[in-house]
Amino acid sequence: MPEKVIEIKHLKKAFGDNDVLKDIDFSISKGETVSIIGSSGSGKSTLLRCVNLLETPTGGEILFHGENIQTELDVSQYRARVGMVFQSFNLFDNLNALQNCIIGQTTVLGRDKGAAKAKAMEYLEKVGMTPYINAKPRQLSGGQKQRVAIARALAMDPEVILFDEPTSALDPEMVGEVLSVMKRLSESGMTMMVVTHEMAFARDVSDRVVFMNDGYICEQGTPADVFGNPKREETKNFLSRFLNQ
Amino acid sequence: MPLFNDISKVWTKYGNQIVSGIWNTVLISIAGTLIGLIIGLFNGIIRTMPKPKNIILRAIMRVVNWIINAYVEVFRGTPMMVQAMIIYWGYAYLSGGDSLPLIPAGIAIVSINTGAYITEIVRGGIISIDRGQFEGAMSIGMSHFSTMLHIIIPQVMRNILPAVSNEFVVNIKDTSVLNVIGVTELYFYAQSAARNSYKIFASYLIACAIYFCLTFTITRILRFIEKKLEGRGNYTIFGSQSDSTAEIRVSEEEEPVNA
Repeated sequence: MPEKVIEIKHLKKAFGDNDVLKDIDFSISKGETVSIIGSSGSGKSTLLRCVNLLETPTGGEILFHGENIQTELDVSQYRARVGMVFQSFNLFDNLNALQNCIIGQTTVLGRDKGAAKAKAMEYLEKVGMTPYINAKPRQLSGGQKQRVAIARALAMDPEVILFDEPTSALDPEMVGEVLSVMKRLSESGMTMMVVTHEMAFARDVSDRVVFMNDGYICEQGTPADVFGNPKREETKNFLSRFLNQ
Repeated sequence: MPLFNDISKVWTKYGNQIVSGIWNTVLISIAGTLIGLIIGLFNGIIRTMPKPKNIILRAIMRVVNWIINAYVEVFRGTPMMVQAMIIYWGYAYLSGGDSLPLIPAGIAIVSINTGAYITEIVRGGIISIDRGQFEGAMSIGMSHFSTMLHIIIPQVMRNILPAVSNEFVVNIKDTSVLNVIGVTELYFYAQSAARNSYKIFASYLIACAIYFCLTFTITRILRFIEKKLEGRGNYTIFGSQSDSTAEIRVSEEEEPVNA
């Protein structure tokens, strides 16, 4: 059994009276790629944002290598080890692609400029963005921005990367370039939690698929099980709606 | 024409004084705007800080915010002329007859007044930056302070420049109210020229022309700086996606995308 990187126990999150996450138990092992699917409002993104503490959980606990991320770890150092890629890219508009990948390394990890630049170049090359290192975010297409955002996350040498609907804001022809970067990343052994509406990605790339419904994890298993032989009624409904559109 | 005659007479006799008044006007308004900008940045950054978790820090923050709010409301809500009188004569009253040195007092009054306006301008500039960039910075572990320093403030500075330029132009004109405490700026000397020469229209016409030249020049200079800050619309492409040994350079000027 590979080591568990993140373990979530009885996680709850409410916004006022609105219980978004009701009782989540979940864990992810080293090198695993887990896709989280489910309809809008089922709590997928909130779950991911709680893992990175962009939202503060209202109950339960999240463990990183067995340590509670809220009480036992320094938030800043923890976040540096858990990367995040957003639906809306969230690049820094005043910095070019290269600087976007350097700033976190120098300010958070304390790397010197030269080492940070070398690291940034390495990952920008991996996502095929070397030609655009001097471009500001506003000069890039959506797919290019998202690839820079992935390089920015990778440059911190994280142990896990969380993807929050990374292709939902992209034009259809740009979805492919981002998914192929993610596929290579998954094959290279990165631990990934991916909230997605790309069923093909969930089916073909992930090791495990989690179906969320109404603040609970409704069903999970291998892609073959969840897509080929869903057991729960909600899962069947969701998949039939998705595959028939 | 008698008017030109009057103007030239006033200028010959009082020109030197008026020029020294111009220097004081420029000095007070530049220093006042810059110090006001620093006050405004400081206050704006504090007012947009996330709420600390610690209860004591939270209470301190609440008090500090209250003070900043009071400062903004009081200095935006009262005329600068009255503020000048109160600060100058208040100091004299409380110190038992000492008076403040005039130019530093003028700079202080303009700075405090401008700071109140710029506090709100900066706060607006910070909250107008998309929340996503804060989250992007948080997600790689950056502290609020370094996010502000490296990411947010550079963008805020660019965005608030037009509003700050506006404050600067207002200050050039509004330093004229400092004559009530005897600061020897442009208006002060124009007034004294008018009183001494009895050529009232000509004296104020000169002042008016000089004020306009000052504000117009400064507006143009700031517009130029704004353009520079916008950055180039183009960028250099290194290499090519298909041929890693190629080096392509794109240099034609494009329109800035979000001008």
